[in-house]
Amino acid sequence: MNLADDTRPERRAAARELLEQLEREAPFPGAARIGVTGAPGAGKSTLLDALVRTLRPRGETIAIVAVDPSSQQTGGALLGDRIRVRSGANDPGVYIRSMAARDRLGGLADATRAGIAILAAVFDRVFVETVGVGQSEVEVASLVDTLLYVANPGAGDMLQFMKAGVLELPDVFVVNKADVGPLAERTAGELSSGLGLGERGDAGWTAPVLLTSARDGAGIDALADALDAHRQHLVESSRLAERRQRGGRAFVLEALRRRYGSHGVAQLGGDAAVASRVQASAETSAFALATTLGAEIEEALRKS
Amino acid sequence: MSDASAPTRDRPWVFRTYSGHSSATASNELYRKNLAKGQTGLSVAFDLPTQTGVDADHPLARGEVGKVGVPVGHIEDMSALFEGIPLDQMNTSMTINATAAWLLSLYVAAAERSGVNPRDLAGTTQNDIIKEYLSRGTYVFPPEPSMRLISDMVAYSVDAIPKWNPTNICSYHLQEAGASPVQEIAFSMATAIAVLDAVKARDDVPAEAIPRVVGRISFFLNSGIRFVEEICKGRAMTELWDELTRERYGVEDPKLRRFRYGVQVNSLGLTEAQPENNVIRIVLEALGVTFSKNARCRALQLPAWNEALGLPRPWDQQWSLRIQQILAYETDLLEHEDLFDGSHVVAKRTGELIREARTELEKILGMGGAVAAVENAYMKQRLVESQTGRQRAIESGDLTVVGVNAYTEAEPSPLIEGKQSILKVDDSAERAQIERLEAFRKRRNESEVEGALRNLREVLSNGGNVMPPSIRAAHAGVTTGEWTDALRALFGEYRAPTGVVARSLNGASPKTLEVRDRVHALSEKLGRPLKVLVGKPGLDGHSNGAEQIAVKARDVGMEVVYEGIRLTPDEIVQSARDEGVHVIGLSILSGSHGVLVVDVLKGLDAAGLGGVPVVVGGIIPDEDAEALRQAGVRRVYTPKDFDLTRIMGEIVDVVSESPAGH
Repeated sequence: MNLADDTRPERRAAARELLEQLEREAPFPGAARIGVTGAPGAGKSTLLDALVRTLRPRGETIAIVAVDPSSQQTGGALLGDRIRVRSGANDPGVYIRSMAARDRLGGLADATRAGIAILAAVFDRVFVETVGVGQSEVEVASLVDTLLYVANPGAGDMLQFMKAGVLELPDVFVVNKADVGPLAERTAGELSSGLGLGERGDAGWTAPVLLTSARDGAGIDALADALDAHRQHLVESSRLAERRQRGGRAFVLEALRRRYGSHGVAQLGGDAAVASRVQASAETSAFALATTLGAEIEEALRKS
Repeated sequence: MSDASAPTRDRPWVFRTYSGHSSATASNELYRKNLAKGQTGLSVAFDLPTQTGVDADHPLARGEVGKVGVPVGHIEDMSALFEGIPLDQMNTSMTINATAAWLLSLYVAAAERSGVNPRDLAGTTQNDIIKEYLSRGTYVFPPEPSMRLISDMVAYSVDAIPKWNPTNICSYHLQEAGASPVQEIAFSMATAIAVLDAVKARDDVPAEAIPRVVGRISFFLNSGIRFVEEICKGRAMTELWDELTRERYGVEDPKLRRFRYGVQVNSLGLTEAQPENNVIRIVLEALGVTFSKNARCRALQLPAWNEALGLPRPWDQQWSLRIQQILAYETDLLEHEDLFDGSHVVAKRTGELIREARTELEKILGMGGAVAAVENAYMKQRLVESQTGRQRAIESGDLTVVGVNAYTEAEPSPLIEGKQSILKVDDSAERAQIERLEAFRKRRNESEVEGALRNLREVLSNGGNVMPPSIRAAHAGVTTGEWTDALRALFGEYRAPTGVVARSLNGASPKTLEVRDRVHALSEKLGRPLKVLVGKPGLDGHSNGAEQIAVKARDVGMEVVYEGIRLTPDEIVQSARDEGVHVIGLSILSGSHGVLVVDVLKGLDAAGLGGVPVVVGGIIPDEDAEALRQAGVRRVYTPKDFDLTRIMGEIVDVVSESPAGH
């Protein structure tokens, strides 16, 4: 994991080799990759804690990548202000790694995607926890198979959910802190009816809205089952491979844009051209593809 | 208090000294000596295993037994603690919170055994859980059941132990955590409201009992070096409480609306450098809470001059007791009416504090009260911010601390020559306590213990009051760990928000920028940002230091993993490995650094992480610091190291010198 995080050129090369190999040789469908997102204070960490307590006794090994924002100004970050899974101490079947979003030294996607690839080779299930609404969902959605959105009871009316664009991407919704009662139920109701209105990518899957209470453990089993059901749906409808490919492509575009800017991408004919190059490629490793196309851009930039 | 118009002197406040260590027998001896010297009340310090509800032989108790207070594991310990002290004539204050219901039960049971009627017991259980979440860290259960236990004790004691103060709302620890006077007033008033609202909502407390309940609520305040403001703070709280109890709880009798409070004066401001100056600070701080007759404290405990160096000896505590006696018996302070009635300066500042505190209180009540403001981390974040501001003002010199950031040129202090200037707790105390516990377990009647625990669980599951089954359990020989485990199984354990997500203050000093550049340069060399783990091993919950380090490290550009309090050495080693950190900072204030730091170092070696450097901060005597360095610790920091920017610079050095830095 330290290697995945490293930006020194010689380490990057070693990391790339490892990652390309992992991606090409990964068994299918392999580890379940689940994103967990929602506003600060929604109880994502306590919910994850409760999920681990439910899943570990079922014999599953679990890794958690927790992404926290970095300060733009100092590059520093406070990580781990979360409830570390208490049952995880001295249990080699639970691994938790905090990562800073880090705008100075590589972006969220780079290190996180690399980390997920490595952890997916070792653990049965990989959770990626991020804070915030809006842009981070889009980024996380490209990294995982299933996106779980955790809402705060009374976290706002439907309008705000719609505004934040949170209804489009998640595959499973949870209103946590259901122990507060009617407010949680109302929020769940608003979410359900809102979902009926919007258009969603996967017509074969109806995103469930669940009520959980990490405090008393209510609804946690049902949540674990819903996550499994979504995975099963992806596998059976053959959408899993497609989804991972799409995520990989989104990553390549994003990585090229970040590293070389729009001027760099223009060397390959702009966004659309790159998108179709990625589409047409037979390469199954997104890391390898990003490297190949990156080299082309560098070459073009040198010539110009 | 005696009639103000009489020409006699007022009765002085109760003199106490916060004390206890090693064992019940050793502490009993200390208490009797203190009473013989003229102390008029007792203040029991319990050790951390007792405060957090684990028995002496529990893994988390390792290194902590008898360290910061007395271990009380069962009724025989409690009886031994008060051996030869008539409980019906004593006023006993117990600093106990999460396990307060249990320790009060043991006290009641011990009294009953010695033939004393609980109705004659006088004293206080601290029992304020809110400030444990915010500052002191000895909480166990989540807020909701914790508040229930407090309201159970209030409801029970109002008739069964009528002279007892079942809860002592603390603003003391908030000031230690950096609170401004306004925050101190508002946060503690919000806590009192949370307790009283909970009691008022109970079916088993009739409405006509509420004024008496209100009359039993007492407070525990801090008194800092800005003693004019402290005088005004006491007066402001007296006025606010009078208003609040009348308007919100309809208390007609002015006596039941009296703001009654005890005080421990400020420890935060006591310095390790030129420690003799602390005596002057303590005197001035004592004046702040005794000067004003209309807002005078009911009980006072003064710290010892050498608290920042380690545990005070009996002589050090005696010196502080003498301060109280001189103030009460030699000076003419107690012969006069209130000295500040009619002072427009004091009235103005008092009025400002009241207004600002009211605004802040409204804000907290608006979010749902003190419990909600703990769970959403509002109060904690405000405290971390205040403390960061104070820290920065000391570093920049805007806040003068004599002997620390000003007037540092000094003669060597004859008071701290030689190694005998602090108390050393006998390391065999832990072993002996465990042996006594094992012997006690063998002696007791197991079926009575089982029956009492079953009864406790049943009563609690059915929503009954915690006190009667706990008193029964105390008589039956249940241990502190067993009682707490029974409640843990029902209520769960809680981890409070750490508050270190607090906003950064704007503007960095040139020194900070310089360190930040060095952090960035080293990060480039390391290939990823310098990552530090800030860990608090053991049971000590005083997290202010660790939080300040975490925030500062973030501000100089490090990635900081901070996971809060009460971690075992194993958990810290696992975090270090999983997180891939370059350096580990450990903070321990309970004096158990010897055992816990060595356990972490051993664990790191065993995990193949022997190359990860470790630095340690805490109240660590010189000798111990040397031993830690010998064991492999790279740097040791004590309270005299107030310059956090310099510490950050040294952490960069330490990582550069480590295997990762090459």
